[in-house]
Amino acid sequence: MRIKVFVRPRQEILDPQGRAVEAALANLGFAGVSDVHLGRYIVLALDAPSKAAAEESVRKMCEQLLANPTIEDYCFEVEQG
Amino acid sequence: MKWAVARFPGSLDDDDALYVLREVLAQDASVLWHKNESLGDAECVVLPGGFSYGDYLRCGAIARFSPIMRSIAKFAADGGLVLGICNGFQILCEAHLLPGALTRNRSLSFVCETVTVRVENCHTPFTGSMRQGDLLRLPIKHGEGCYVAPEQELRQMEERGQVLLRYVDSDGHLSDRVNPNGSMRAIAGVANERFNVFGLMPHPEHAVEMMLGGNDGLKIFRSIVASVAG
Repeated sequence: MRIKVFVRPRQEILDPQGRAVEAALANLGFAGVSDVHLGRYIVLALDAPSKAAAEESVRKMCEQLLANPTIEDYCFEVEQG
Repeated sequence: MKWAVARFPGSLDDDDALYVLREVLAQDASVLWHKNESLGDAECVVLPGGFSYGDYLRCGAIARFSPIMRSIAKFAADGGLVLGICNGFQILCEAHLLPGALTRNRSLSFVCETVTVRVENCHTPFTGSMRQGDLLRLPIKHGEGCYVAPEQELRQMEERGQVLLRYVDSDGHLSDRVNPNGSMRAIAGVANERFNVFGLMPHPEHAVEMMLGGNDGLKIFRSIVASVAG
C-alpha cells in the first residue's frame, strides 16, 4: 500500500515560516492569500494485511515519530495497490 | 562525582562538556556512545549540544530512539540527574522527559550571541548554588530554540516552578527585544516535575573561563556537584 502522510504546525502554534511565505506571496502581487502554513509531506510503501491494519500502523508511526503531537497535527491517506 | 556525556552522531559540544567537567572542575567524566545501553555508575548524564542525526525530521527526533535514551529514561525515572544543553534539550523534549517542544526561531534566523538569563527557581539540583533573580551571561547558538507548550501546561509549570531560566535584559527585566528566539514566556530552561531533569538552550559549557568571555556557566555545574555532595 502507498501511504501519504501530511504534517503541519498546530493552529495555535506560531508558524514563522508560514508567515514569511505569506508575506512573500503578497509582495509578488498574489492578492487574497491568508492562513499559509508549511509542513511536511512523507510518502512510504507499507506491507499490511488490510487497509484498517495499515491505518492503525501509520497512526502509531505518526504519534511516535513522524509528527510531534505537542506542536504538530497530522493526517494521512492509504492507497490500496 | 561521576558524570557521563552522551555522544550521538552529530554531537558537537561533547568535548566542551568533558573539558569543563574534567579540566576545570576535576570531575570523573566519561563518554557514552549512543549505542551503549549502560550508563555505568554515572550520577549525572549530560546530553550535549550539536546536530544529532543532522536534525533530520525534527531536532532530536531520531536521537530520541538511540539505545542510550532508553537507559537515560530509566535513569531519570529512578531520580538520576540529567542535563540537556541545546540539542540535548531538544532531545529531552522529543523523548517526553521534559514538557513542551523547541521550534524554529521566530526570526527564522540562526542566532549566535551572548544573552542574559535570570534564575527563576534556585531550589533545584541545577540552580542550588545561586539565588533567585541572579543573572547569568551565557552564549546561545541555535536555529530552533523557540520554546512552546500548551497554555495550560505552561501555567502548571509556572505554578510548580519548573521554569528555571528566562531571557531578560541586562537589568533583569523581561522584554521582547531580548527574547532571542520568540520563546513563550521568554523561557530559556525548564525542569521536569521532579526537578531531576533540566534542559536549556544557552550553553553553560562554553562559559567556564574568563578567557572565554565569562564563567557563569560554572554556576550550573557547581550547583549539580554541590547537590550530589549533599
